Amino acid sequence: MEQHDVVVVGGGPAGLAAAISAYEAGSTDVVVLERDVQLGGILNQCIHNGFGLHTFKEELTGPEYAARYEDRLKELGICCLMDTMVLDVSPERVVTAVNTDRGVFSIQAKSVVLAMGCRERPRGALNIPGFRPAGVFTAGTAQRLVNIEGQMPGKEVVILGSGDIGLIMARRMTLEGAHVACVAELMPYSGGLKRNIVQCLDDYGIPLLLSHTVTRVEGKRRVEAVWIAQVDEKLRPIAGTEKRYPCDTLLLSVGLLPENELSRAAGIELSPITRGPVVDERLQTSVEGVFACGNVLHVHDLVDYVSQEAAMAGRMSAQYAQGDSGEGSAARGIPLVAQGGVRYTVPAFIAPERMDQKTTVRFRVDNVYKNKFVCVYLDDQRIMRKKRQVLAPGEMEEVVLKQEHFAERDGVERIVVTLEEG
Amino acid sequence: MARETCELTCINCPLGCPLVVTLEDGKVVSVTGNTCKRGEVYGRKEVTNPTRIVTTTVPVDGSDRERMLSVKTASDVPKESIFAVMEALANVRAQAPVQIGDVVLANVCDTGVDVVATKSA
Repeated sequence: MEQHDVVVVGGGPAGLAAAISAYEAGSTDVVVLERDVQLGGILNQCIHNGFGLHTFKEELTGPEYAARYEDRLKELGICCLMDTMVLDVSPERVVTAVNTDRGVFSIQAKSVVLAMGCRERPRGALNIPGFRPAGVFTAGTAQRLVNIEGQMPGKEVVILGSGDIGLIMARRMTLEGAHVACVAELMPYSGGLKRNIVQCLDDYGIPLLLSHTVTRVEGKRRVEAVWIAQVDEKLRPIAGTEKRYPCDTLLLSVGLLPENELSRAAGIELSPITRGPVVDERLQTSVEGVFACGNVLHVHDLVDYVSQEAAMAGRMSAQYAQGDSGEGSAARGIPLVAQGGVRYTVPAFIAPERMDQKTTVRFRVDNVYKNKFVCVYLDDQRIMRKKRQVLAPGEMEEVVLKQEHFAERDGVERIVVTLEEG
Repeated sequence: MARETCELTCINCPLGCPLVVTLEDGKVVSVTGNTCKRGEVYGRKEVTNPTRIVTTTVPVDGSDRERMLSVKTASDVPKESIFAVMEALANVRAQAPVQIGDVVLANVCDTGVDVVATKSA
């Protein structure tokens, strides 16, 4: 069987950064498997600006950000197999894939990085009554149609869900001459970044209807109108608040789901909250030698953080491939407990004895909070208290744990990340 | 002396810092809430002369990879000229090969800003 040190599944932002950092960490035998015909993943259709301020200290568009990584990959001569679909990853790290050149083939990898990304929640997950007319698209599909294919999905648009892609598409459709009547959001807060509400909705006078949802889609062959109603605190539509919006297009921006079919089949433990693998501070999954990063691990808002996380996974996968995992490699570490409004943490385990000087713990909260303190406890001992003016589910948060936090503290049983009143 | 404050969300990066811009007689005297220099610049501009980078696509001929070429204004342009920029690009077609940074339309709408490719094709 063909053998390689590190096999990276997926050539989007996470896979690219992981491959580069694995190479730079000394594993020069890296292979990237990508199902599309080009690298870069979703960045190719994210033509808007706002990428890279953290990584490159300049503001780039999605394609430009991807190109920086692709150029580096080429410079290093890292092998990328395009148009190649991974069918299976075994717990023994045999990666089986298919493409038109080679048919079905298998690679024995010393370590594997999962970087498959995520996909959009489709309409079927939403239970909107009505026929199934043409004109209902996920926001990402519409983005691909407009930005890659050069086709406009419609002229009179309603958007359900205020995820970032929906907000970005509200502006994009408006610039291309469509009229966007409104963005309806079920929750009392937006799922997207504040900056996108400002520059994609407010700039163009597009109303954001919080606590509203689509209750009916009219039209048999093509969408003719949607009905939008206000919802109560239990998210049930309130009778008498329904309003009809004539339109030909309904875009859905109602969440992203990590794409973990391969992980599940490999027997990797998945979190019911993130729907991604449960990882330790090396970003190693429950299967030894298999690492995860990017949106397949948990959905990010910022590609810069994906790149950072993926660089870590790449470096750790190289270390594993070189048989240099260090002491206590098999142990998962101290469990992190998310509570008090914190929904989850990535990583879910930290082993202080093998961690770097610093470990970044990323998390999301379950509601909008104002003037709270993000606190970290080692058992009952508080080691961190950080004031945050605003916390929102749409914005990922982080705390940085340092080696010195654990100095002279043996036998810590749990690390608690929680929100507290001021 | 007329003193007013303006609350904004910085759009420079996804942190979205909440800014408070204080004006006296129409002149910016302070920007607070920003966590970097860009925030201050944005705050000052947003209340006096708001600007945006415009990103869009134009068709590209002669490329075996791409049908559309993504482009942007090389720097920010006045907010009120966004639709004029779109209008100016309505009939522009690019010709492959194109490299990132190649000028697709120079000095768009007399803003002194070029529209450049953000993808190679």
